[in-house]
Amino acid sequence: MAIGIKKVARPRRMSMGETLYLLEIVKGLGVTMGHLLRNIVRQENIPTIEYPEVRRVMPPRFRGLHRLMKRPDGSPRCVACFCCSTACPAVCITIVAGESPDPKVEKYPVRFDIDMLRCIFCGLCVEACPCDAIRMDTGWFTPPENTREKLIYTIDMLLEK
Amino acid sequence: MSGLFDLAVAVARIAIMLIFCLTFVVVLTWAERKGAAYMQDRRGPNRAKILGLTLGGIFHPLADAIKFLFKEDFIPDHVHRLFYQMAPMFALAPALMTIAVIPFGPPVTIAGKTIPLQIADLNVGILYVFAMSGLTVYGVILAGWASNSKYPLLGGLRSSAQMISYEVSLGLSIIGVVMVFRSVKLSQIVASQGELLWGIVPQWGVVVQPLGFILFLVALYAEANRTPFDLPEGESEIVAGFHTEYGSFKFSMFMMAEYFHLVVGSLLVATLFFGGWQFPYLASSGFVLPGGFSIGLPGAVVLLLRIGALFAKVVFFAWLFIWVRWTIPRFRYDQVMRLGWKVMLPLSLLNIFATGIALLLVA
Repeated sequence: MAIGIKKVARPRRMSMGETLYLLEIVKGLGVTMGHLLRNIVRQENIPTIEYPEVRRVMPPRFRGLHRLMKRPDGSPRCVACFCCSTACPAVCITIVAGESPDPKVEKYPVRFDIDMLRCIFCGLCVEACPCDAIRMDTGWFTPPENTREKLIYTIDMLLEK
Repeated sequence: MSGLFDLAVAVARIAIMLIFCLTFVVVLTWAERKGAAYMQDRRGPNRAKILGLTLGGIFHPLADAIKFLFKEDFIPDHVHRLFYQMAPMFALAPALMTIAVIPFGPPVTIAGKTIPLQIADLNVGILYVFAMSGLTVYGVILAGWASNSKYPLLGGLRSSAQMISYEVSLGLSIIGVVMVFRSVKLSQIVASQGELLWGIVPQWGVVVQPLGFILFLVALYAEANRTPFDLPEGESEIVAGFHTEYGSFKFSMFMMAEYFHLVVGSLLVATLFFGGWQFPYLASSGFVLPGGFSIGLPGAVVLLLRIGALFAKVVFFAWLFIWVRWTIPRFRYDQVMRLGWKVMLPLSLLNIFATGIALLLVA
């Protein structure tokens, strides 16, 4: 391959007025003042979202906090099959199964804890669930808490969401 | 009785000036945060509430002060304890002392006594200001050195080099003003700026010394360590520069010193180049316009207008400091040095020379 000469575009030499900077500084001041005045007059156009009061509307497929679904009679739809906890790459789901009083259902979860500190929001638990008992469609991201214990969600909290 | 009166006047003047400046510093911190936010399409501070009112975040400086006061006054183990504690005081005290010579109003007559509205009308005026502003570098160097850690030391070194180089052009840019008004007394300089040039334009420093004004303003930004010359605390390079190791109220003293410099700088620009308390075309009896018109005004109104004029100028220049900070990016270190020694210094010398020739031709 022949060696060619490639012309690299160099920045244009600054003109006399630009090297003095003063006019350019005044122009820059004009830009910032324009932003300031525009934002004072039309405050609603500022893109900031005032977070705790106003929440960003998440897209419908956003994977947020989990929730457990209920049957029409109010009992959890989960049958404690351990599919979600097996699929979970972060090992954050703890299930303790118990025998269900309903003769048509074999098992039910006595405990169903999700450690939100470990959860990576991958959504594999939702895909693994054979009976659509766990969903991640709440649209919430993990809220801040004071202690670690509060971020281990129990079955009651998950059913309420 | 007379001695008591003088004492009361002296204390009152100090109190007025100090309270004004400190309050202004507090408001400036808010203006900086809010102004920066709006220039960058953000909302800025708006959370601190008193009785459910936020008033655009005006209570945030109060919340800051409470926070700084109640934080642990932590001293790192590796610092030089004495100098580490002295540094914030050295930063703040010279800035506070500079306001003593700045006239904030015309002399007033109370009970047959003429009282200059100025804490001390020193005959060395400007020289005193430079002596004090020269001391401010000690606070920064002490803080950088006493912190005994790498980034503060770098910040302190940068700041000492920068302040020394710009001190030269700062001083030389003033000489033109001193030559034109034939005095270093600030009260005298302000009084001279009340006269009209060719009977039309007020004889303000900026009219007779435009180059001197620009040089002074640029050097002032460098002296006050404000952007585009805020190398001593360049966050992106050396963490926070000289005050990296400081926390709680000591840090807040550095912040107060910075904003105090800003207020003092604005006062100085207004006094030296924008007529101080002079209101355009306002004599002590009322407005005297160049066409021969005159509007009589009572003395109290004139006094208030004049003090108000100084206040308006100071507010404008303080805002300009903030405005420039959020417009221009920081200079590189070698660019700062080149500007200081190879541009500012020759230009300020040229300014003195040109002023001398002009004065010779006029006289």
